[in-house]
Amino acid sequence: MKRSEKEAEESARKVTRRAMILGGTMLATGGILAARMRYLQVERASDFRLLAEDNRIGIEHLQPPRGLIFDRMGRILADNEQNYAVVMKREDTDDLDGVLERLSRLINIDMDELAEAREAILARYPHVKVTVADRLSWEEFSAVAVNAPSLPGITPEVSLSRIYPLGADFVHVVGYVGPVSDYYLETTGDTDPILQTPGFQVGRYAVEAGLEQDLRGEAGTLWVEKNSLGRVMRELDRQDPTPGQDLQLTIDAGLQNYAQVRMAGESASAIVMDVETGDLVALASSPSYDPNLFVRGISQADYTTLLEDEFRPLASKTVQGLYPPGSTFKMMTALAALEAGVIEPDETITCNGFVELGTRRFHCWRRGGHGRMNLEDSLSQSCDVFYYDISQRVGIEGIAAMSHKFGLGERHELPLSGIASGLIPTREWKRANRNEDWLIGDTLNVSIGQGFVLASPMQLAVMTSRIATGRAVEPRLVRSLNGRVERPAPAEPLDVNPEHLEMIRRGMWSVSNARRGTAYGSRVADEELQIAGKTGTSQVRNITAAERATGVTRNEDLPWDRRDHALFVGYAPADNPRYAVSVVVEHGGGGSTAAAPIARDLLLRALHGEVPPLSSYPINQRRAIEERHDNMELIPISPTGTDENGSIQA
Amino acid sequence: MSFLEYTQKTTPSGLSKILHLNWALIILLTSVCCIGFLMLYSVAGGSMSPWASTQMERFALGFVVMIIVAVVPIWFWRNVSAVAYIISILLLIGVELFGVTQMGAQRWIDLGFMRLQPSELTKITLVMVLAAYYDWLDSRLKSHPGFVAIPVGLILLPVGLTFIQPDLGTALLMLMGGAGVMFLAGVHWIYFAAVITSGVGLVGAVLYSEGRSWQLLQEYQYDRIAIFLNPTSDPLGEGYQITQSQIALGSGGWTGRGFMQGTQSQLNFLPEKHTDFIFTTLAEEFGFLGAASLLVLYLLILLFCVVTAVRTKDRYASLVTLGVAFTFFLYFAINMAMVMGLAPVVGVPLPLVSYGGSVMLVLLAAFGLVQSAHIHRPR
Repeated sequence: MKRSEKEAEESARKVTRRAMILGGTMLATGGILAARMRYLQVERASDFRLLAEDNRIGIEHLQPPRGLIFDRMGRILADNEQNYAVVMKREDTDDLDGVLERLSRLINIDMDELAEAREAILARYPHVKVTVADRLSWEEFSAVAVNAPSLPGITPEVSLSRIYPLGADFVHVVGYVGPVSDYYLETTGDTDPILQTPGFQVGRYAVEAGLEQDLRGEAGTLWVEKNSLGRVMRELDRQDPTPGQDLQLTIDAGLQNYAQVRMAGESASAIVMDVETGDLVALASSPSYDPNLFVRGISQADYTTLLEDEFRPLASKTVQGLYPPGSTFKMMTALAALEAGVIEPDETITCNGFVELGTRRFHCWRRGGHGRMNLEDSLSQSCDVFYYDISQRVGIEGIAAMSHKFGLGERHELPLSGIASGLIPTREWKRANRNEDWLIGDTLNVSIGQGFVLASPMQLAVMTSRIATGRAVEPRLVRSLNGRVERPAPAEPLDVNPEHLEMIRRGMWSVSNARRGTAYGSRVADEELQIAGKTGTSQVRNITAAERATGVTRNEDLPWDRRDHALFVGYAPADNPRYAVSVVVEHGGGGSTAAAPIARDLLLRALHGEVPPLSSYPINQRRAIEERHDNMELIPISPTGTDENGSIQA
Repeated sequence: MSFLEYTQKTTPSGLSKILHLNWALIILLTSVCCIGFLMLYSVAGGSMSPWASTQMERFALGFVVMIIVAVVPIWFWRNVSAVAYIISILLLIGVELFGVTQMGAQRWIDLGFMRLQPSELTKITLVMVLAAYYDWLDSRLKSHPGFVAIPVGLILLPVGLTFIQPDLGTALLMLMGGAGVMFLAGVHWIYFAAVITSGVGLVGAVLYSEGRSWQLLQEYQYDRIAIFLNPTSDPLGEGYQITQSQIALGSGGWTGRGFMQGTQSQLNFLPEKHTDFIFTTLAEEFGFLGAASLLVLYLLILLFCVVTAVRTKDRYASLVTLGVAFTFFLYFAINMAMVMGLAPVVGVPLPLVSYGGSVMLVLLAAFGLVQSAHIHRPR
């Protein structure tokens, strides 16, 4: 096709015009691109630079080693052990199932755990490390390490995990650690970022929980360059973690073990306390359980067993258990009366076995009555009528005030879980909580530690220490933090007439040493180490008239959970008190038979610093005591690691 | 602008053609390629391998090809335009049958010494065949529906073949490049208006239909659209590339972090940092000044092409030159727009800078055509 000149020119002009339009469009587009560049690179430069920094530098938390826990002699109660684990990163393998299958032949892992781990791996980003199995044996761990080439994505890792070498003896004191749960984060409001790191453990119970902040330490920081998928490219800088503070408790592991073993088979608790410093040297609750189970993740079956046991092993009865103190409360009633001046120091009251109040009869435990009783006899033989009488004179308010002065109804701050405050009832309390008026009968019941009054073994131990010293001793569980021994200032003297206190102490001495004393059977033969104490037998139910009629009043005839609680409080040596003790044997029957012998053993064990010699016991009891000592399976506890001041040596 | 003066009265011949090459354009092209080498060296962490050295070899090869194409008279190229087009269509079909699958798409034919991407080649042969068609066609018939249908068919055939690879970016680029040549040839604007209107209408309908009973696209396709509109909504997934490249760009600032100091690209935050997203490295390391300079170089290249086209009286030469320029423009405009979050992420490289042999070779050959048009312009 041949074109004319004119046509060609016309066409060329058109091309030129269109070329200009297109050129203009391209230039305009170039302008838009330049404007966008300027917007991103100049106007928003600082925003993006921040984002880029964020991208570039990742912060990883390094777990601090948790502070160790020692007993007062420097024996280790909570240690950190190497935990051998295998972790898996999905991105490093194309054959996840194959790798897991090969891994399962190297380590001891059941199918459910493997399936669980597989699910967890698939649920995360490919570059996130997920723990497949932990607490491997060294053999399993090295088998994985040796076979690493055939296990792409699998890395063997070593971390620290908690172990409690003395196991069950200390769970009610030391407690245990566990994984960080959502519930924990919510309830504590703890925002420490270290909590977010996988496998981190926090204190969940008792001292581990109560002193969590001291034990935890501070996370270290690792600055790494990573890409924005979070993959670490290289390490830039690191700040090592600050280990948690080592903790020394006031507990004596030997005594603690002795107490736990001594109470084995009972649902009981016992406290041994230094009367001067308030140091808790034993804090035993029976039955117990192995805290290591909780660290590793307790099985549902094991947990259910613990939960359904009627002896309530999960409860730390020393601070959580509340009991009517029974006759161990009589010192409070007596002191209140003495301080109020409503009885003469040498006054005697005749016990006929009961007191009549309107139409109601309040019985003494001794049906025939005790006859003429002075204060010392009333404590020693635990006459109830004496207290029915004097309590009517002093009134509930006086008794309540005295009780608070001696630490009953008061919460003693300790790094333990679920500390109970107990109850010292008053008129206002009854009005507020029961919407009823206070009756004289209520006062009578309280006077012998029954009725509404409730106390924990801890409170009873504090009360006993205060009687022994006349000072406002507070219990103490922490002896030192990071080697700094805290020496408490001597407790303030109580605002109580020392002569009145001395009368109470004399009565308590008689309990254990007078021939008619309720705890005479649990006396100490060694005159230097005599005990002053008080038995208590507290009813958990009222004896009905029908029972009285049929004569079913003997404890042994009742089902276990309806029998009386057996209590004993005391201190020794009577003339120079060093240790106070309180023992509660739940549904144990009588305080003199079930609680007092335990209290004597614990006091003697504390005073001797070792299993007490038979010479401390009355001659006629020595064979039985020897037999029992032979049958006790005590843990041999290694010698101390402390210097002369009792501080832990590095 | 003395280099734009035409003093020669006759068309040069023999080796003297070399002297009459548009050397300014060659210098511009070489500068752009050198920026590419620098960036490839940088993203490899300061190493010639694996990208920079290979790219240099390809540039050397492409440069020779460009000179050869340049010294061959432009009318020879017009005469082989149809053949070149047919060969590239056959190669595209060949890719379907024997191609190497890479990155989920069949794009390559292994020629032994290099892997050829026929879709890249087709971008230029399409421009050539359309220019030849309009050179041949009586200009009075160019807006006749029957004679509009022929180039539309010529365009849609390779576009369709590329689309099913699937390579959406290249298909779109081809479509727009072909349409650009038709526009330049003077096809009545009503056709373009109709296509644009229906295109806009279709997009509107697609967006409007979301969540309705007659929804036109799949859910995941809507997700992609949503992510393009708001990349931060899915920073670790689909929006990742856009977000990261914007961070890289933005953190460059006025003057950049300095050569090899771009943390984003050096630390592998960016995917395809040596290919489609190489502009981010440039922008991060050399800042707004560096990025804008590259844009200016690109615009200057366009300017030289437009001037060449306007100065020549040869219609084929003029159309091919403008077509090559427009295709080149589409490359960098789409790539930059995509990287800066103005366009969805489609696979379009930054011309002469991104790592890739086919694009480098084809583009240099195409600029050879521009040079040939320049040398062999009618006097």
